Amino acid sequence: MNKFAFYLGCTAPVRTLNYELAARNTAKRLGIELVDINDFGCCGFPVKSVHHETALLMSARNLALAEEQGLDLCALCSSCTGTQAEANRTLQEDKELRERVNQMLKATTGRRYEGTIQVHHFARVLYEKIGLERIREAVSVDLSDLRLAAHYGCHYLKPSAAHDHFDDPENPVSLDRLIEAVGANSIYYEERDQCCGGGILGADEQTALALPHLKLERAVAAGADALVVICPFCDIMYEFQQRRIEKIHDTRYRLPVLFYPQVLGLAMGLSADEVGLQLNRVKSRKLMALAR
Amino acid sequence: MGHTIDARTMDPTFADQIAAEPGGEHIRRCFACGTCTASCPVREVTERYNPRRIIHMAVLGLRELVLSSDFIWLCSTCYACHERCPQDVRITELMHAIKNVAVREGRISPSLRVQVGLIREHGRLYDITGFENERRADLGLPSITEQPEDYHRILVATGLEEMVQPEGGAAE
Repeated sequence: MNKFAFYLGCTAPVRTLNYELAARNTAKRLGIELVDINDFGCCGFPVKSVHHETALLMSARNLALAEEQGLDLCALCSSCTGTQAEANRTLQEDKELRERVNQMLKATTGRRYEGTIQVHHFARVLYEKIGLERIREAVSVDLSDLRLAAHYGCHYLKPSAAHDHFDDPENPVSLDRLIEAVGANSIYYEERDQCCGGGILGADEQTALALPHLKLERAVAAGADALVVICPFCDIMYEFQQRRIEKIHDTRYRLPVLFYPQVLGLAMGLSADEVGLQLNRVKSRKLMALAR
Repeated sequence: MGHTIDARTMDPTFADQIAAEPGGEHIRRCFACGTCTASCPVREVTERYNPRRIIHMAVLGLRELVLSSDFIWLCSTCYACHERCPQDVRITELMHAIKNVAVREGRISPSLRVQVGLIREHGRLYDITGFENERRADLGLPSITEQPEDYHRILVATGLEEMVQPEGGAAE
């Protein structure tokens, strides 16, 4: 049964509505039921650096909310996925800790988490639950002219133990396979496994922006038509910050950044509106021409 | 860089204190091979961040130097080192443990203080106002109502609320 508690996180529903829109519309076409839970809040990721236990409580609260509905959690943001998958694993394996966390959770929110659900990234749901074959069958638009640079980011894959080692963190393939499944080309480029730097944007902007600079350079050099991301914060670093990075280095990339569900939607024949293409900051005639 | 270490400033209990933190347990397993530093994308762009150096400083007991530094806040949490460490030092979590100790002593990076404040006020990092919900409605997306109460209670219960108050005054 492909029914999930849909975890939007903080960034996607405010800053990358194109991602959310494309995810919802492709999910509907592929028979994935996404249940909204308004009470979901911060996953705890930013608090891990501040206070371990507080972060764990925040994750546990969201896990409890999904569990109350009897649903696994499906997230759009890789950091939300990683943080909650890791918390989930810890709470499932360490019963004593789970009891301690539950006492705190009960006192502060009136909730309890029994450890019965799983946490998935939306792209992982597409890869594992829907599968490449069904995705291939859903394609109606020819994307064979597109050269796409897959950006996996970090928390979609790592820590790999929290993600059941579902893909190889050193040499991942799932996003490449998903890109190929819709008929586009997933190209090799240097710095493919590079982090977006989003985690330190607040601490040191100059250092943080040096990371996406490297990746933009390499993806453009490899002749990419677009970078394909699966995390709203990666998008902020590569798309929202692209103009600033261009200015700092006195250069010009104009490299479109697409969320994978947008690519999938285009391949399935969804309209530009249905995949939120008008909200992408770096415009591309080539991509617009592919939309129905 | 180029510091002479004054042995009198070394605190031999520092590594134990870190090891007592969740995530810091494996600090003494480090044999300083440098796989972390070679794997680090932040180290690739700045010499200010060097995980092997930070771990070594912590094991030596250079407590003040580590906790007052700005470099401990430069880990992007990419987990590249974490995956590759041959000694399973779990470096990303170890860095979290070191930062947790720093915060407890009142040394929190300003951006994180702001983020905790936002979570207290909104239960999320970005607030959802009528403007956001209008934009969402225009695209056919469901509206979101902020539910910050549980978050506020969690922060009070764990003492974080107090910990992140700016010195000598109420929060923003």
